[in-house]
Amino acid sequence: MCTLLSRVAVCGGTHGNELSGVYLVRELQKTEKPLEEEDELVSVLVVLSNPRAVQQCRRYTETDLNRCFTHATLNGPESDKTPYEITRSRELNSLLGPKGSPEAVDLICDLHNTTANMGLCLIAYSDHDWICLHIFRYLQRQMPDIPVRYIHFDFPPKEAYSLESVGKHGFAIEIGPQPHGVVRSNIYTTMKAGVQHVMDWVRFFNSGTIFEGGSVEVYTMVKNIDYPRDSETHSITAAIHPQLQDQDFCLLHPNDPLFQTFSGETLRYKGKEPLYPFFINECAYYEKGIALSLARRKFTNGECRAHSPWFHNSKVIQ
Amino acid sequence: MSSHNTVSFSEARRVAVFGGTHGNEMSGVTLVNLWVKNGAEIQRKGVETKPFITNPKAVEKCSRYVDTDLNRAFTPENLSAPGGDDLPYEVQRAQEINRLFGPKGSPEAYDVIFDLHNTTSNMGCTLILESSKDHFNLQMMNYIKKAIAPASCPVLLNEHPLLKYSTSRSVAKHPVGLEVGPQPQGVLRSNIFEAMRVILKHALDFIELFNEGMEFPPCTVDVFRVSERVDYPRDANGNIIAMVHPNLQDCDWEPLNPGDPMFQTFDGKTIHYEGAGTVYPTFINEAAYYEKQQAFVTTRRETLVASAIRKA
Repeated sequence: MCTLLSRVAVCGGTHGNELSGVYLVRELQKTEKPLEEEDELVSVLVVLSNPRAVQQCRRYTETDLNRCFTHATLNGPESDKTPYEITRSRELNSLLGPKGSPEAVDLICDLHNTTANMGLCLIAYSDHDWICLHIFRYLQRQMPDIPVRYIHFDFPPKEAYSLESVGKHGFAIEIGPQPHGVVRSNIYTTMKAGVQHVMDWVRFFNSGTIFEGGSVEVYTMVKNIDYPRDSETHSITAAIHPQLQDQDFCLLHPNDPLFQTFSGETLRYKGKEPLYPFFINECAYYEKGIALSLARRKFTNGECRAHSPWFHNSKVIQ
Repeated sequence: MSSHNTVSFSEARRVAVFGGTHGNEMSGVTLVNLWVKNGAEIQRKGVETKPFITNPKAVEKCSRYVDTDLNRAFTPENLSAPGGDDLPYEVQRAQEINRLFGPKGSPEAYDVIFDLHNTTSNMGCTLILESSKDHFNLQMMNYIKKAIAPASCPVLLNEHPLLKYSTSRSVAKHPVGLEVGPQPQGVLRSNIFEAMRVILKHALDFIELFNEGMEFPPCTVDVFRVSERVDYPRDANGNIIAMVHPNLQDCDWEPLNPGDPMFQTFDGKTIHYEGAGTVYPTFINEAAYYEKQQAFVTTRRETLVASAIRKA
């Protein structure tokens, strides 16, 4: 239970070539206060996170901005050799944070695309932040035609490295598949609708609507698997197997195909535990040594009802 | 069938396979690196087949290019430009490639160059032809199409005087572009990789058969001739204000009729195609073409006649 969500930030272009968020932020910034209405309880900041990378249509210029939000990086020393993205992360921390302080915005919604076939995923550092979980459940119900899933990265706040960790509450909206540097109309429309639903939920919440508790399905990241690589050149020696390509969130069993070498040999999953793959063949992760990530699935415990104490009418949403 | 005489060509002895002309188009980069290590798969009797990474710096960065697009750089001006190290990287590369595999337009030039590309567009396995009068290439493309049937292999003819561009492969006597999609830049999809490999295998088989003396009878080849480049709608500042319409997205090679939806603005309005007749769009929503002011290119269907060919 908490007070109003009075300050919300919608961020796009954290990676400059993930274009749904770039174009959505541009559109939102065009219309004056487009997400706000008269007598609003919430003020909305619409932010283009990495303008230089957006201008060049690249993921980043010197270093990945979305890895620059750990406490250590935010509070490190500044010099004229400091990479652009680290300077920028500190600017964003002043604007939207400071991270961990009472002045931080209530909610950050950071918009991303992936080349992986992941549908719409809400990605958060917590599996018990009830605001994130309620928003997730609301999105699932409002968008029944697309797969909507919750991914949990189990990092403590200090080590949380991405932009949404700056707010008191935060999550990334990740939508794919879309090539980087491309706007696909269906993906853009989904992103736009998703952000609208998030804002609707915030308004309902602020106006006193009660959201019933319940259980939701969460995928918690367990580990990453890298491509097989040549020991000398470090180049990859196999591609994601055709039977795994595009099969995000389809359970991967021990001995299922993982990779196909360039000479046609199948390499199989050697883990003992069946896990759910995601971020399968994400372009930006080749350099991070990730061919796919693996998650365990679980149902969260029944969550408390969510409501703001400022209610006048008790409209209940199931 | 026409009464064209058989056209003779000398044996195709020197063949090159280019990868990494765009450093983030991963099928070609991967295949060529593989074949540089072990080229057995691409060797054919009597043919020297050279695999070659055309833009190593772009491959290293996994970006399309470093200074300028290599696949637009083979203009006569660039190929003869003085300046050495002061020239843009890709212009230097173009001159080097012209030395190794050309000179463009001369008798010493390589017989055939295959240039391997990927696209984010849903183009399948497209063969790109630069001249409607290249009977050798037309026969090769006919051979490939028959070999992979019932799968299809559209042929894109770019002979347009204004839209044609100076490609890496254009240093050869018979330049052949292989464009396979959809694949995001920087990503290697195994199905796309294998498809490109199969097309190239058939192409090399054709060359081997030709060199052994097989005569190829006259044939017709259905092609899509490039007609017009269509840009995204933009505002006064040059910013894109609409996206490829969901009805057009992924519909490469399908008819686009006047009145059909073409673009969708960010606030959901439809912009319709207002051309004079039906066209066949391709390169729909190619990532690299946003900066070249191209949302898609229109083509018109045509049937070309290829003369019989045999080796001289």
